[in-house]
Amino acid sequence: MIRPRLIVIGNGMAGMRTVEELLKLKPDLYDITVFGDEPYTNYNRIMLSPVLAKEQTIPDIILNDENWYAEHGITLHKGVRVERIERKKCEVITRDGQAHPYDRVLIATGSRAFIPPLPGADLPGVVGFRSIADVDTMLAVCREGGHAVVIGGGLLGLEAAAGLVSHGMNVTVLHRNGNVMDRQLDGVAGRILEKTLEDRGISIRLNAHTASLHGTGRVESVRLKDGTELQADLVVMAAGIRPNIDVALNSRIYCENGIVVDDTLQTYDPKIYAVGECVQHRKECYGLVAPLFEQAKVCANHLALYGIAKYTGSMTSTKLKVTGVDVFSAGEIQAKPYHEEMVLADAARGVYKKVILNNNMIEGAVMVGDTMDGAWYFQLMRDKTDVTALRDHLLFGQAHVGNSGHGAKARVASLPDSAEICGCNGVCKGDVVKAIKEHKLFTLDEVRARTKASASCGSCTGLVEDLLASTLGGDYSAAPSVKPMCGCTDATHDEVRTGIIRHELKTIRTVFDQFSWKTEDGCAKCRPALNYYLLCAWPDTYQDDAQSRFINERVHANIQKDGTYSVIPRIWGGVTSPSELKAMAEVAERYAIPTVKFTGGQRLDLLGVKKEQLPHVWRDLSAAGFVSGHGYGKALRTVKTCVGKEWCRFGTQDSTALGIRLEKLTWGSWMPHKFKIAVSGCPRNCAEATVKDLGVVCVDSGFELHVGGNAGIKVRVTDFLCKVATEDEVVEYTQAFIQMYREEAHYLDRTAPWIERVGLPYIQRRLIEDSAGRKALAARFIHSQQFSQTDPWTERAEGKDAHEFAEPLVLA
Amino acid sequence: MSSTWFTVGQLADIPRLGAKVVHWQGTPIAIFRTQTDEVFALEDHCPHKQGPLSQGIVHDRKVTCPLHGWVIALDKGTAMAPDEGCTPGYSVRVTDGVIEIEMKHLDALPPTATA
Repeated sequence: MIRPRLIVIGNGMAGMRTVEELLKLKPDLYDITVFGDEPYTNYNRIMLSPVLAKEQTIPDIILNDENWYAEHGITLHKGVRVERIERKKCEVITRDGQAHPYDRVLIATGSRAFIPPLPGADLPGVVGFRSIADVDTMLAVCREGGHAVVIGGGLLGLEAAAGLVSHGMNVTVLHRNGNVMDRQLDGVAGRILEKTLEDRGISIRLNAHTASLHGTGRVESVRLKDGTELQADLVVMAAGIRPNIDVALNSRIYCENGIVVDDTLQTYDPKIYAVGECVQHRKECYGLVAPLFEQAKVCANHLALYGIAKYTGSMTSTKLKVTGVDVFSAGEIQAKPYHEEMVLADAARGVYKKVILNNNMIEGAVMVGDTMDGAWYFQLMRDKTDVTALRDHLLFGQAHVGNSGHGAKARVASLPDSAEICGCNGVCKGDVVKAIKEHKLFTLDEVRARTKASASCGSCTGLVEDLLASTLGGDYSAAPSVKPMCGCTDATHDEVRTGIIRHELKTIRTVFDQFSWKTEDGCAKCRPALNYYLLCAWPDTYQDDAQSRFINERVHANIQKDGTYSVIPRIWGGVTSPSELKAMAEVAERYAIPTVKFTGGQRLDLLGVKKEQLPHVWRDLSAAGFVSGHGYGKALRTVKTCVGKEWCRFGTQDSTALGIRLEKLTWGSWMPHKFKIAVSGCPRNCAEATVKDLGVVCVDSGFELHVGGNAGIKVRVTDFLCKVATEDEVVEYTQAFIQMYREEAHYLDRTAPWIERVGLPYIQRRLIEDSAGRKALAARFIHSQQFSQTDPWTERAEGKDAHEFAEPLVLA
Repeated sequence: MSSTWFTVGQLADIPRLGAKVVHWQGTPIAIFRTQTDEVFALEDHCPHKQGPLSQGIVHDRKVTCPLHGWVIALDKGTAMAPDEGCTPGYSVRVTDGVIEIEMKHLDALPPTATA
């Protein structure tokens, strides 16, 4: 079969990343040919600085070797430059005049160093800092020693200077503006960085304008406009980069500063796509690696003929890749009149941090000396998180934000290699770093797939992202904040939820079709999520799909490590009676249940029940008046209470009765994750209401409502939502809060991360300020509860899903 | 070595994307049915920590173990990367909606001459 031909012009990171993404989607769609003008296979250009500094070698930074191209049937032409595209004939013409016919072209020619038009700029010994060849030239001069002049004190220039000085060169950086890295740093930060670099032996000349380069046969000196003459055995031009658009221009493809592409990475010629630093998208040209990865994904989606992805631009951050010199910058660097500025400066320690806020959201960050929290600020900035609650500690960093869980570990870069990062899978820092380096991993998903780190409970995701950032250095930017649901789709949780309502999707299969799922049946991640989303959207009509439920919810009991189950009946508000206790004791004895244990939520857990026994155990419990406690479900778990004013001398309200009332209203409701409530009768808070998803603390004058607490992996104290006067109001707010969580959180988000993502002010606006909205939410909750408050245990004791509980057949 | 085919039950007894368990000489065996009505049999033990694969979520020709989320290929019994391990599989066939499984066993000792 003759396949359509895809020609990729450019063998760099953008082009090959797109090819890799394409191969993942449609490995056999195209006959692929790649032209690269460098004599190497695809390598990691952002790692040239460590190569220059001798921290890494060329083989270390090769991303795909010859075998990779061969394995995927890709024809690679190394060291061959493409001259132009004959678009009418659909042929790519190489410099040696050969014509290669195509059906689609991908231009990924990257960028090149901008060489200012100075007299003498073409002398040997004058190089850019973009390729392995440039690094080879620099290293050759370094072997002789001598003087190097770097023209340009931006990111690239400083990295080159640091690399050269580590070889014992005498290095001078010439920068035309008033402080180094002036596109990323303000004056104060620039000054601190200049001092740090000068301490390393780099001499820096600011406001220095180069006039000309001189030498016979090769460069020997640089003359400035003020007449100063500097000796130079090597001149590195680092005065910026320009998109490499020669091929596009020669082919008369529309270009401005870069090759102009739309949101699908298509150029003005529909057969020709372009990605990476050579493109101009929505007026922006990027010179960093993170946008390129996002573009590659979208472009591959369209090359694979899926046609659903859209690239809408990237927010970028920069980090200087010089070992021991930490610089981070993102977004705005100078406060505008409408901005607020928070600054921490400790010149003696060489530390400077500035965060720029607009309306309590971060719009910029500049950091020198201590950049540990750069990734955190950037995350807050991209997610537009309201930082009101964090303001007190914002400048001191994430480790200081009330966080007794992983907070102390937040500073991953300073951890030893043996430090455990992922407690679930026992993966330590050294394993992650080694995998990132050896297998050239760039994204969280790749690290998960390779090492399992953060692949289970996900609580160490932030740590793994920090490790990616610190290991890859430079331009790595955390995985896009918009993450697809799972590997089966590019659609996000929010897109799917919106789509379910908008297109009235009523089954899992119609969701698969609408969003072009890549797998036939989805997976164990997306199917339970979709089942929940559909159930939440269509409570009265959706047919629950048992095969898309995790085992615990499918059989209404909690699977244990030996394959037996635990059974937790509901004990309303934690209040029981002698007859209930007797009934449970009898069940435990009758079925020889090995362990009976009190749970943390004021209930009794019967552990070690065999699956076939479950309907019998339930029948007996049901006869004694018990219903399922949903201790296995993403659902309302327990409502913990204290004895309240009925007994306690400090009690201010009847917390026990209120807890029971809340439990009767909310039990049986399916949610994105488990949900715990507590009601404390006074501020002494014996029911520990301030670490629950919803906590009620009774006070003399009414009831305080607290939300978003969690005592699990990461302890989080609730946020205070509001105070109300009556029990009826407690009920309405509870129903509204739960419904909002049910409708808006992502599946498997507890309330704590959900609130951290959307921000407490948003919740307050929806629940407090918008009273009609609150009532509507509560009404939707009440409506959906009609269909969920059937006891699943009684149903199964009466024969539902009998195939699940049948005695296994013994073959003989 | 010879083998015997045992009847396991009706295909219709197992829901699509579901499983059932049978025992053979004390070993639990999970019989899976895919969306396309293919049937596979694996020992009901995940190679990781012996979790009951029969209780997992079935998708395409794979099952995700309920204990720690390992994904096992139904046709080969192998764990998907990065995990490594393998679960023994058994041959199954479906004839007229009836599932049968092949059990291999050592032949009985040859009959000895008797007086």
